[in-house]
Amino acid sequence: MTMNGRETVLDAIRGALSGVPGSESPDATPLSHGRRVDHAGPDVVGMFADRAAEYRATVVRVPPADVAEAVGRALARTGARSLVVPPGFPEGLVPEGPWSRLADVPPLSIGQLDEADAVITTVATAIAVTGTVTLDHGPGQGRRVLTLLPDQHICVVRADQIAPDVPEALRLLDPYRPLTLVSGPSATSDIELDRVEGVHGPRTLDIVVVVDA
Amino acid sequence: MSGADNVVWLGTPAFPEAARTALADPQLRANLRRATGTIRDRRLAVAAELEDWEELRERAATIKHHTLRHLDHHLLRLEKAVTAAGGVVHWAADAAEANRIVTRLVEATGESEVVKVKSMATQEIGLNEALADAGIRAYETDLAELIVQLGGDRPSHILVPAIHRNRFEIREIFQREMGEWGAPAPEGLTAEPRDLAEAARLHLRERFLRAKVAVSGANFATADTGTVVVVESEGNGRMCLTLPETLITVMGIEKVLPSFADLDVFLQLLPRSSTGERMNPYTSLWTGVTEGDGPRNFHLVLLDNGRTATLADEVGRQALACIRCSACLNVCPVYERTGGHAYGSVYPGPIGAVLTPQLVGVEHAASLPFASTLCGACYDACPVKINIPEVLVHLRAEAVEAERRDRLFPTPEALVMKALGAVLGSPRRLAAVQRLAAGASRLVARDGRIGALPGPFARWSATRDTPAPARESLRAWWRRTRTPTSEDIRTKAEGK
Amino acid sequence: MRIALFITCFNDTMFPRTGRAVTTLLERLGHTVEFPPGQTCCGQMHFNTGYRPETLPMVRRFAENFAGYDAVVAPSGSCAGMVRDHHRVVAAQYGDSALAESVEQVVTTVYELSELLIDILGVTDVGAHFPHRVTYHPTCHSLRMLRVGDRPLRLLRAVKGIDLVELAEAESCCGFGGTFALKNADVSNAMLADKMRHVQNTGAQFLCAGDNSCLTHIGGGLSRLRTGVGTMHLAEILASTEGDVR
Repeated sequence: MTMNGRETVLDAIRGALSGVPGSESPDATPLSHGRRVDHAGPDVVGMFADRAAEYRATVVRVPPADVAEAVGRALARTGARSLVVPPGFPEGLVPEGPWSRLADVPPLSIGQLDEADAVITTVATAIAVTGTVTLDHGPGQGRRVLTLLPDQHICVVRADQIAPDVPEALRLLDPYRPLTLVSGPSATSDIELDRVEGVHGPRTLDIVVVVDA
Repeated sequence: MSGADNVVWLGTPAFPEAARTALADPQLRANLRRATGTIRDRRLAVAAELEDWEELRERAATIKHHTLRHLDHHLLRLEKAVTAAGGVVHWAADAAEANRIVTRLVEATGESEVVKVKSMATQEIGLNEALADAGIRAYETDLAELIVQLGGDRPSHILVPAIHRNRFEIREIFQREMGEWGAPAPEGLTAEPRDLAEAARLHLRERFLRAKVAVSGANFATADTGTVVVVESEGNGRMCLTLPETLITVMGIEKVLPSFADLDVFLQLLPRSSTGERMNPYTSLWTGVTEGDGPRNFHLVLLDNGRTATLADEVGRQALACIRCSACLNVCPVYERTGGHAYGSVYPGPIGAVLTPQLVGVEHAASLPFASTLCGACYDACPVKINIPEVLVHLRAEAVEAERRDRLFPTPEALVMKALGAVLGSPRRLAAVQRLAAGASRLVARDGRIGALPGPFARWSATRDTPAPARESLRAWWRRTRTPTSEDIRTKAEGK
Repeated sequence: MRIALFITCFNDTMFPRTGRAVTTLLERLGHTVEFPPGQTCCGQMHFNTGYRPETLPMVRRFAENFAGYDAVVAPSGSCAGMVRDHHRVVAAQYGDSALAESVEQVVTTVYELSELLIDILGVTDVGAHFPHRVTYHPTCHSLRMLRVGDRPLRLLRAVKGIDLVELAEAESCCGFGGTFALKNADVSNAMLADKMRHVQNTGAQFLCAGDNSCLTHIGGGLSRLRTGVGTMHLAEILASTEGDVR
């Protein structure tokens, strides 16, 4: 049945394309990669911070020594009582405070994650012009669900991880890993085509950018 | 093929009649005007930020057109890559076959409900209805789809299917319907979009957490890596793509891209063109299945359902480049006034007017290619440069040809066109008709204006005065005042 | 320069004054204007309504009558657009290679009035005088098919005495669309209503455009409502000089 559908569709495609000369190469897509355009300008970190903030992420820039403290302030702001820390997240960046710490080893249940208030992760890369953080769910980031169910997501981004634009960032990503591009907290334009933040994904996104002192 | 699915809704009148109903609805008109007005300015602003915007459009069009010309090759590459990454690929020639495949896959899990990410492909094939027939309930999780589903309504926009509803209407639907399943609307729910979004969050939360099967569409799939991409805003997509054990993705065959690297173009164009954002809140990319993270079973259903017929038309083929951004709907002066329901299809607006007739056969949607003034705003807005006006006039010719074939006697319009063709085929006949028209109009015109015209032109003259044809046409004036007399010619020839 | 006037069938019948204005204007600028008497129609109505085979004789006739001029001017954005964008298509689909070749040659010499003046004749100030309040509707085919841009506005701004006022949502279609106005009369009316409202809000005495078909549609509505706003083709304003009584 499935094979039948397969042959039917492929035959129909080949019939439809009978006018395409056999000499034309299917793989050489002309023009597919354009000239490099500088979309971000010289201040990549500044643009990233501005653009992420425009989409209602809370962005702070701190020197390496102050990261844990900045994370603590973000947790204190929302009154988080529990914090998910994925395997491989740098130990020194997790602040002490009035929150319980949840490790994903063994894996947390969906119910546990739904009840967790916050999650903290590193990122794979970030994109300045769009204010995006990109997760490849490797060490320090954890399974996709970890950054989905808790209502606050705190990302720690090293300044040197920020790519100027989408093409540069994509080049840095491994397509064989699950990838999530996050631009601000969850939002919708479904009511009167006007954007409001806060639907199913985390409603609070904190980004701590680590810059050299 | 029509009627088996939702590409055309049976029973919807032809566009002009359906539009008349929509035009008479002040609430709908106000909702559409507000929403399209908001998005137009935002799109222009974010498109202007990228200095290589035009180059991106050109590259996107080139990639899409080249891929379509070798679609079999790239689909086979995609199949191989998805399979290698642990996914299972299915092929469906039409809606019925796709529905059968998905139903069987859900049944195999033993589940009787699925959560859904917004997907045009599954709308198109009427998957929810097919699943319901098999005793499987499908829950739409996108906010606008939820509004449509709860309201027992039909989608009216590709991106924002509930665009025809304003916040007050949405509140009313939530208060009335949410209690039927899932968490009911909170007490004292306001019409603030923020509160409405919160109500949707509460309503669907439990549904997501217990879901075992999800059905999604796909914005892109890359043939080299087997990566599938879903672009969304609310996080409902991530819920569906991450929490369930089984994920079934239904994707039109035209969505394939040759390589992962090609995504850079489309991930820049799509969000800016659709919601007017630099980037949508969430973009999920996955390649097959990943141990310990997300669904353990991944099925990709490749859907034809009229696409290969469209592909066979060398002019109409470009409609398959569509990335479903909706920019053409948002800038269309016709769509802005009628909304989407008048198009009688899950694909409304300018792209619907070229896609729908091709998917189902032009004779089943013959009024759609004419539902446009050919103003060209859609072509300018399209991020993949689909020349919608070109395809519209191409399909108009096909609609006329289909009429010619199917009828024993020509339509009145065809007779008029034939007569006009004869007049315009000869300057002598044209001049004669001009004299006749000028003479006749003097009998009916007042102050050089004609109030009422006969026959089909009554629809024109109901709201417009028409100037009387000139007493002397330009060609008559030229002949009278400028044509050299034989005297002039002789004088010239003698070199005086 | 030897310029052929393609008046278009609609202007020929309904608005010969526009053709006379083009002639006056171009002769005032020192050019020779000719009227090929065998001309009829560009075929746009047939083509856009789906009657393609019927368009072929008109395409052939156009190519025969307008070959060999330095330039061909059409005081209509949509007819110029039809010739430039679609005559090739018709010739390729229904004609022979000889027709395709002659069409190819002739269509590259065809200009809408504002293109001819600015790009070919290199003139922006045509010495016109028009002491009235005017607003300009760009018309879709001039704007998005021919891409004339702000050329008509540059010409109008150079007119002495003119009080040129901006039209809100100028680039929105007026709702004419040829046979669209008959086939989709209700939508056409809804679009017309908005365009008329914007025109009236300018307080202009005249609405100007480069296409009499759109002006007949908008002007017809303005006339029916007795708004007192008149319509004028761009050529007519540019042909006006001091001493003309309006």
